[in-house]
Amino acid sequence: MVSIQYSSPASPVGHADPGTAAPARTAGQTAAGSAAAPGRQRITLKVNGTEHTLDVEPNVILLDALREILGLHGTKKGCDHGQCGACTVHINGRSMNSCLLLAVMQQNVEITTIEGLAQSAGFEQGQHPVQQAFLEHDAYQCGYCTAGQMMTAAAVINEGNVEGDDVSLREAMSGNICRCGAYKNILEAVQSARARMTGEG
Amino acid sequence: MRGFEFEQADDVQQAINRHGSSDALIAGGTTLLDLVKLDVMQPEKVVDVSRLPLKRIETLEDGRLKVGALVSNTELAKHEIVMRDYPVLSEALLSGASTGLRNMASTGGNVMQRTRCPYFRDPAMPCNKREPGTGCSAIEGINRNHAVLGTSEHCIATHPSDMCVGMVAAGATVVVEGSQGVREIPFEEYHLLPGETPEQEHDLLAGELITHVILDPPRGGGQSYLKLRDRASYEFALASCAAIVNLEGDRISEARVAMGGVATKPWRATAAEEALKGQPATRETFERAAEAVMQDAVAYSHNGYKITLGKQAIVRALRDATAAARA
Ligand SMILES: Cc1cc2nc3c(=O)[nH]c(=O)nc-3n(C[C@H](O)[C@H](O)[C@H](O)COP(=O)(O)OP(=O)(O)OC[C@H]3O[C@@H](n4cnc5c(N)ncnc54)[C@H](O)[C@@H]3O)c2cc1C
Ligand code: SF4
Ligand code: FES
Ligand code: FES
Repeated sequence: MVSIQYSSPASPVGHADPGTAAPARTAGQTAAGSAAAPGRQRITLKVNGTEHTLDVEPNVILLDALREILGLHGTKKGCDHGQCGACTVHINGRSMNSCLLLAVMQQNVEITTIEGLAQSAGFEQGQHPVQQAFLEHDAYQCGYCTAGQMMTAAAVINEGNVEGDDVSLREAMSGNICRCGAYKNILEAVQSARARMTGEG
Repeated sequence: MRGFEFEQADDVQQAINRHGSSDALIAGGTTLLDLVKLDVMQPEKVVDVSRLPLKRIETLEDGRLKVGALVSNTELAKHEIVMRDYPVLSEALLSGASTGLRNMASTGGNVMQRTRCPYFRDPAMPCNKREPGTGCSAIEGINRNHAVLGTSEHCIATHPSDMCVGMVAAGATVVVEGSQGVREIPFEEYHLLPGETPEQEHDLLAGELITHVILDPPRGGGQSYLKLRDRASYEFALASCAAIVNLEGDRISEARVAMGGVATKPWRATAAEEALKGQPATRETFERAAEAVMQDAVAYSHNGYKITLGKQAIVRALRDATAAARA
């Protein structure tokens, strides 16, 4: 098991205005054994199979910890209020909006971001079928919503408790907004990935 | 986002002990963190209840279904007993929020979710619910999304939950626990009308938490949840209706009707139920029931359309529930 230690930037992520956020990754290594500074909590997050030890304020949001402390910029911040889906990650395989999760509450779970999606599904090299399908179907324009779209799609197909017709898939994907309106190709990509992953077609 | 202290509770007793009046519980966090980011809720301490052992769904000997406060909205909606015996609740849950949010949201948190009134969500605006005595910005403001039933001159905000509307139709009891012990509250009495104190939203005392919601024994019949909104999905209701219809031949022996999106709390439409009982299951009967509910409605400058929309929601939900009862 790989294990990496960080402490959150001196200007706490959780208090910073998005526009004036402290530069990411000012984080130094946390001296093993030393306690977290007052007001901070030492936590371990398991992200894409790697354990990271972080010292964070309790109000640090998982999305900010992933992007600003761990430098995983694939997960995007759109609205920061659960209204767009750009921040979707998997917690133990289920899609969730990381902008409304506290980092301190995500210990002892498997966190998967777009960077680890292929690997989490056993594709050590190359892409997850959903990523392949998005490429093949040109399922994006600016790409800002794409990571979130793919994370929701992969979880929905995997869980297998949504019907495979267009109406059901559109409903299941409705929490992922695309400002570019690439929905037509997104749906095609999701359908083709579903066919590939379930063996139906 | 403002800072707060954080503590985790491992059992109900710890949660009760650690929960002071200036603190907030967090389960899924989809209401709480949204509102802390907006500075609408300002807890000094956040107590994590997400690990409490309240994640089971079990049938009781008397036929009721006991749902732990930490069962997620997805699990509840997709549970086989709920899908079979309480389809109106399953449909209501699945019409709410999005796949990701339903995976996070808990049963207790959904009962406790706060209004989406835009003035409540904006700390710069007067709002009696957020800051008692400052006035209501909606009554003279943009009130297109606001309630027409159960309002007062102090607050006209809707209760936003779909799940709660399904529970009112199905019939349910909220179980709460605090230092004084356990209380069981009929679901319809749990949410309070705004009256003169819109800041008091529930019959939950300081330090208490919800441990379970118990659903009445299944009512059978045909069931339907209809949600009308500005876009087809991932949007709150402008008007919604949960209907359960039991037929004897072509007549309605019993009906349960509840509404969302039009009222200040999850609304049991008893006037409709009375108008339906013993009557033939026809469109005329449904329309009379809808009229009976909206007789007491009060419209504000931008939401008069909700009276019409609400009636249509009732008629259509009753039509669908009747069709399901005949199937
Ligand atoms: C973008 C968006 C769209 C949405 N759309 C819909 C929709 O269409 N329909 C709908 O019905 N809902 C919708 N919701 C609301 C969502 O359903 C609620 O936010 C969710 O159910 C709250 O549950 P939670 O576990 O996340 O609550 P939390 O945020 O954890 O808690 C909410 C409140 O309840 C308190 N609380 C939590 N658990 C307990 C307990 N056991 N006892 C006592 N108090 C408790 C908390 O202190 C807090 O005040 C939407 C939310 C968002 C962000
Ligand atoms: S309707 Fe209620 S919540 Fe909205 S501004 Fe008025 S008092 Fe506040
Ligand atoms: S950033 Fe999380 S839903 Fe928009
Ligand atoms: S591709 Fe631009 S937001 Fe979806």
